[in-house]
Amino acid sequence: MTVNGKAVKGSVEPRTLLVHFLRDDLLLTGTHVGCESGYCGACTIHLDGVPTKSCMVLAVQADGASITTIEGLARDGELHPVQEGFWERHGLQCGFCTPGMIMTAAGMLAENDNPTEAEIRHGLEGNLCRCTGYHNIVRAVEYAAAKMRGDTPAAPEWETDLV
Amino acid sequence: MTTTTSALGGVIRRKEDPALIRGRGRYVDDIKQSGELAAAFVRSPFAKARIASIDTSAARAMPGVRAVYTIDDVRHLGSLIAQVPVGKLRPLLADGVVKHVGEAVAMVVADNRYLAQDAVEAIVVDYEPLEAVVDLKDAASDRAKVHDDLDSNVLLTWTGHEWWADVIAVEDPRPKIEEAKQRSDTVTVELEMVNQRLIPVAIEPRSVVASWNEGYERLEVYSSSQIPHALAGAIAKTFGLASTAVHVRAPEVGGGFGCKLNVYPDEVLVCFASMQLHAPVRFTETRRESAVSTIQGRGWVGTATITGTRDGKILGYELRVLADMGAYSQNFTVAIPLLGLWVSAGQYDIPAYFEAKCVVTNTQTTDAYRGAGRPEALYYIERLVDAFAREIGMDPADVRRMNYWKKDQFPAVNNTGLAIDSGDYETNLDKLLAMADYAGLRRMQAEARAEGRYIGIGLSSYLEICGFGPSVLSEIGFGWNNYGLPSSFSGSGLVRVNPDGSATVIIGTGPSGQGHETTWSQIVSSVLGIGTDRIRVSHGDTAESPMGVGTFGSRSAAVDGTATYEAALKVRDKAAEIAAHLMEAAPEDIRFADGGAHVVGTPGRVVAWEEIADVAYRPHRGPDGLDAGLEAHAIFSPGNATWPFGSHIAVVEVDPATGNVDFLRYIGIDDCGNVISPMIVDGQVHGGIAQGVGQALFEEAIYDDAGNLLTASLIDYPIPTASDLPSFELGRTVTPTDVNPMGVKGIGEAGTIGSAQTIVNAVVDALAPLGVTHVDMPLRPRRVWQAIQDARG
Repeated sequence: MTVNGKAVKGSVEPRTLLVHFLRDDLLLTGTHVGCESGYCGACTIHLDGVPTKSCMVLAVQADGASITTIEGLARDGELHPVQEGFWERHGLQCGFCTPGMIMTAAGMLAENDNPTEAEIRHGLEGNLCRCTGYHNIVRAVEYAAAKMRGDTPAAPEWETDLV
Repeated sequence: MTTTTSALGGVIRRKEDPALIRGRGRYVDDIKQSGELAAAFVRSPFAKARIASIDTSAARAMPGVRAVYTIDDVRHLGSLIAQVPVGKLRPLLADGVVKHVGEAVAMVVADNRYLAQDAVEAIVVDYEPLEAVVDLKDAASDRAKVHDDLDSNVLLTWTGHEWWADVIAVEDPRPKIEEAKQRSDTVTVELEMVNQRLIPVAIEPRSVVASWNEGYERLEVYSSSQIPHALAGAIAKTFGLASTAVHVRAPEVGGGFGCKLNVYPDEVLVCFASMQLHAPVRFTETRRESAVSTIQGRGWVGTATITGTRDGKILGYELRVLADMGAYSQNFTVAIPLLGLWVSAGQYDIPAYFEAKCVVTNTQTTDAYRGAGRPEALYYIERLVDAFAREIGMDPADVRRMNYWKKDQFPAVNNTGLAIDSGDYETNLDKLLAMADYAGLRRMQAEARAEGRYIGIGLSSYLEICGFGPSVLSEIGFGWNNYGLPSSFSGSGLVRVNPDGSATVIIGTGPSGQGHETTWSQIVSSVLGIGTDRIRVSHGDTAESPMGVGTFGSRSAAVDGTATYEAALKVRDKAAEIAAHLMEAAPEDIRFADGGAHVVGTPGRVVAWEEIADVAYRPHRGPDGLDAGLEAHAIFSPGNATWPFGSHIAVVEVDPATGNVDFLRYIGIDDCGNVISPMIVDGQVHGGIAQGVGQALFEEAIYDDAGNLLTASLIDYPIPTASDLPSFELGRTVTPTDVNPMGVKGIGEAGTIGSAQTIVNAVVDALAPLGVTHVDMPLRPRRVWQAIQDARG
């Protein structure tokens, strides 16, 4: 398979989950395991361009696929607008759900770069966060959407500007 | 000397984030060890059963299996250490009789997690089921015992006026309350309510890896812990090692909320296995396993009564609860209701009686989950104040205002004999009502009701206690001495200015998303004028940090933050002597800002931190008698806890056909004293409210009669998703505390303490025209729909 633009090979037991192949064999540990059952979304990657929960896919099912993980999202050192949005709008606290959340949001904005708040919230339903109450995640995605459209993102909500 | 405070109250982007948003953060399970083995556990399917035999032979013969351990292998290590050892301490593995579903019975160590799990399936345990006691009231009746060798399932009873009778004399409030009840001009309202059990659900499951290095005789441990120093202490005590022979690191921790504020058997057992097998051993819990291997929270059932006059004056409040401890006592288990006791009367100057019976059941242990005792206590008082207001036909805001402690009464000694440091509850409420346009909301509600819509406006006020000391509380177990820590609730901070003029800050906290690297950079920058980008903050490493008790109880900024602030002041004073020498000025005329020292009133005279540091490390260039080096360590032991507060409003609409609750708005005004980073403080409140919403609407740990946990997966235990929550409208008032020099209180738990009752009050308010007076949490559609049906008869 191709992972983050590089061809990789591996030999695994048939039952090996894709997320374990990425983490244990390729040492791409940015993709996290939160529930091993498809609910939390911490393991979300792009599989042939589609946001996919990698704990619900066997490594062998991804044979020949093209995969992007959080480590491969920034290009040439430039953060993806969603990554930038999460940093600029405090879209993360513990950061554990963040890689999956960012991959889902990036997939969502690739389809629609002008979502409503309700559409953003609906689009993130498959990714659980226990820290932020999603408030600033929504602001982060709005920031990214504005940047991707070429608009100026709305000012942050806190009382003082970034110093 | 004055302090440059520009960095306090400002916002910088978090220093933690660049690694985390690129997938380069290092959580425990990301830190691979060469040759590591994986542990997995056989767990009990019974809530209570005698273990007749454990057959491990098939498992031992499987490929890749290195060891199988049972209690016979580890009994000599003793029970799991607890800080408050009242009740039954947890054995490292089940000893003779299992006491709850999920209790670890045997541990397998194998070459990888797949093989370890295969071997777990091959272990045959012969159980003889015994009668389990699951229901809290049933357990309190002592009809059957959880532990046959304890006299009663009731471990102890806390009361508000006698919790520390030897030291703090508090008048028994019951005669006054009884007298009020007997008066002809008072009304009394009573409600029996459940504050249900919850599962913390940090998105990162707990993970630990231990490596015993025989050459150095040292255990090196990475654990997803909020309390790395306590874990190191527990390991050292358990194995009889010197405290310096255990090195614990808590790297990035993926959420804690109290569930990582415990030492767990697996954390001790991987150390044991590593010492036996001479290889690193890792355990990472699965999500389903986490529900029974990690502590749960809440679990109160109780009755509250409130008595007052028809013009709104509250003359008495009583709360009697049974608090579910689960089977074994871990870290603070039986002390959690005490945290609720201290705030049991909320923001009110009223006679209040509190009684909590700590009861064991054949279920997983409970301990601190975000808020820990305080959300439970505030839920009861704030539901009752609302019920009282409805009974007498007064606006709930007016009733609250009439009964608050007044601004000029602080420090206010409450119903438990503790002094609330500071408060201005009325100003806080006024700001909330204005921000929400409360009068407008009530008009909107009236119009909606006329159209047959069920809109509810819920209000509540909360009081929190956090940022503990004083250290004297350790005399009743409220400290960390059982783990061998050299401090009770003290904070620790070391500030070092390096030769290149950058700063290193080493603290004793164990954050799990609270942004300490950012906040502590701001604290030190505010004192020294060194840019936050030139300050490195280290935490969670027991070899590097002098000492610490970790991150919990909304304590870090108020206690370790203060220690760091004081260490920075010491460094600043020494640096001022050096700068004064270099600029031929008086030390008191030196100011630090913009990366260097300035002489007040003399623009252009400046020495950079690099130069000051150079002198500090080459003292012959400095003033006579200068000690070399430029660093200071401070310990701060607070003289009192801090007492944050706030009021929140929720606006909801209930669909009477389905019972579904929709959020229209959520508005909160919180007061945590001075604010270091408004961005981080607001973020803490967002997440706190979300967990209160989770309790109010969705979450419940449900056990069946046999003690099976029916809600161990995230489909059966739904935490809020992005679609379940509104955007929050937040504001603040600022009432600084005098308990610490920065005037900061604590904000980690406030949102959770303030929110669940706000939402339930809103739903009950929506359904009031139907005669609904109470619905127990979680307010899932079926339960709300049923309450509507019952009310309609």
